[in-house]
Amino acid sequence: MGISFKNVDHYYPGVKRKEYTIALENINLDINEKNEFIAIVGKTGSGKSTLMQHMNALMLPTKGTVQIFDDIITPKKNKNPKLKSVRKRVGFVFQFPEYQLFEETVLKDIMFAPLNFGFTKEEAEAKAKEVAKLLGIEKILNKSPFNLSGGQMRKAAIAGILSYDPDILLLDEPTRGLDPKGAKDIMELFYNIHKQTGKTIILITHDMDIVYQYATRVVVLNESYINYDGNKEDLFKTNLYNENHLVKPNVLQLIDYLNEKLGYSIDYNTYTLEDLIEKLKEVSNNG
Amino acid sequence: MIEFKNVKFSYNTKDRAVKDVSFSVADHEWLSIIGHNGSGKSTIAKLLVGLIEPQAGEILYDGVKLEEKTINDIRHKVGIVFQNPDNQFVGYNVLYDIAFGLENKQVPRSEMLELIHKYTKLVDMEEYLSREPETLSGGQKQRVAIAGILAMNCDIVILDEATSMLDPEGTEEIIALIEELHTKYNKTIITITHDLNLALKSDHILVMKEGHLIKEGKPEDIFEERDILLSSNLDMPFSLKAIYEVSKTELNNNKELMDALWEYRSKM
Repeated sequence: MGISFKNVDHYYPGVKRKEYTIALENINLDINEKNEFIAIVGKTGSGKSTLMQHMNALMLPTKGTVQIFDDIITPKKNKNPKLKSVRKRVGFVFQFPEYQLFEETVLKDIMFAPLNFGFTKEEAEAKAKEVAKLLGIEKILNKSPFNLSGGQMRKAAIAGILSYDPDILLLDEPTRGLDPKGAKDIMELFYNIHKQTGKTIILITHDMDIVYQYATRVVVLNESYINYDGNKEDLFKTNLYNENHLVKPNVLQLIDYLNEKLGYSIDYNTYTLEDLIEKLKEVSNNG
Repeated sequence: MIEFKNVKFSYNTKDRAVKDVSFSVADHEWLSIIGHNGSGKSTIAKLLVGLIEPQAGEILYDGVKLEEKTINDIRHKVGIVFQNPDNQFVGYNVLYDIAFGLENKQVPRSEMLELIHKYTKLVDMEEYLSREPETLSGGQKQRVAIAGILAMNCDIVILDEATSMLDPEGTEEIIALIEELHTKYNKTIITITHDLNLALKSDHILVMKEGHLIKEGKPEDIFEERDILLSSNLDMPFSLKAIYEVSKTELNNNKELMDALWEYRSKM
């Protein structure tokens, strides 16, 4: 098991004493160490970011326990294990990660985390160059991270996480604010990493097209509890998506329209426009 | 009418520069500016409201040049909503946030409350007057910002990626409001956006790439030119992309299907 939540509640303290806001309620969730691509969705304020921060022990549960690989995180601060191994094994790409760039050069910035995790300078540099190549930013390694375009800064910041090779990647809205190509590149990158290495990826997003194209499992939060945990097809086949304030992916909206208008019966195992075109060809040939 | 004439501006970096850009915006028109990250879109917004000055060229509002001695008058006509809803909320609650702008414009106190009620009602926030910013959603904060601009009686509303930090519901609220400002209240609107579906709704589009204005025209003309869009890291909105991709295949001969796709597009 990679990460396991058992009866987890999280309360935020309120303005007045004894007042608090419930951010997470009775969360039970098991995430495999390998081969999962999970999308966490739900409207603003539903608890998505809080849930994700528990996956890296950035927060302690108010009640319940979170097991992250071999370490068990409990509400009691002094009972908790040292968190370095958790942080090493679970990498967290925050929202707008480029705000956290700070070194003189992109190379130094990428090397910072591996050096902290005990890599030698040579190892850290080799690793930094390897991930820079993977991200297509090897030509800007000697530049200041503050002289880059928005998309390049995002990639440099992501390289800083990939550099220490975490087993699980947490991504909090990795495409937010990027232009359409930048967003597509970033998603393809994570998808390829997932396919090639089997790393589990957990993603928060509001973009249902991304969810439908890439995720193998969807966790829906609604008012601080998990309202759905399962495959993406069933989520959109029923009215569940609507009850949870989600919109249907573009490809499904178009399928609904064509099925209704032309009497087709194209199914929901159609994840992209390319998939849809293949199915339209079949319908056309058989009709 | 706004005229942007041969305007040049650059920071010390290569990015976000504006290189000899000219365009004009007619009264009551809705203009969208699209382009890749760092293409200079937001720099244009900052130039338009005088937050930065052109290093060459000029910006005219109804023939009056934007400069030191005219900037105060022009600012009363032009309101801007920024990307991050938290960076523009100045009051400790909704009422005082809107009052702040009116106070600066020296609107008499007797008129203030009336204006605040009128415009918070228009953006559907009248019941939130005593609410503090941290108790509001991003979409609600952006609506308060828009109410403030309307209360100031601005004719021109600029939205600089005003929906990019919002969730889908917040985005929908703001887009509906922009459409209303345009059609019902005749405001001149400038939206700077990566949201191609939003750009599709506007009257006129500018495409920026590396500081240059590389294409302008009506949405239907812009979104036909996929190569130009792709070269600026953009793409077609989904409904048009479907038509484009399907028509490249043998399915192009299926008239029933193509008609249905065009009909779907027209509903967007």
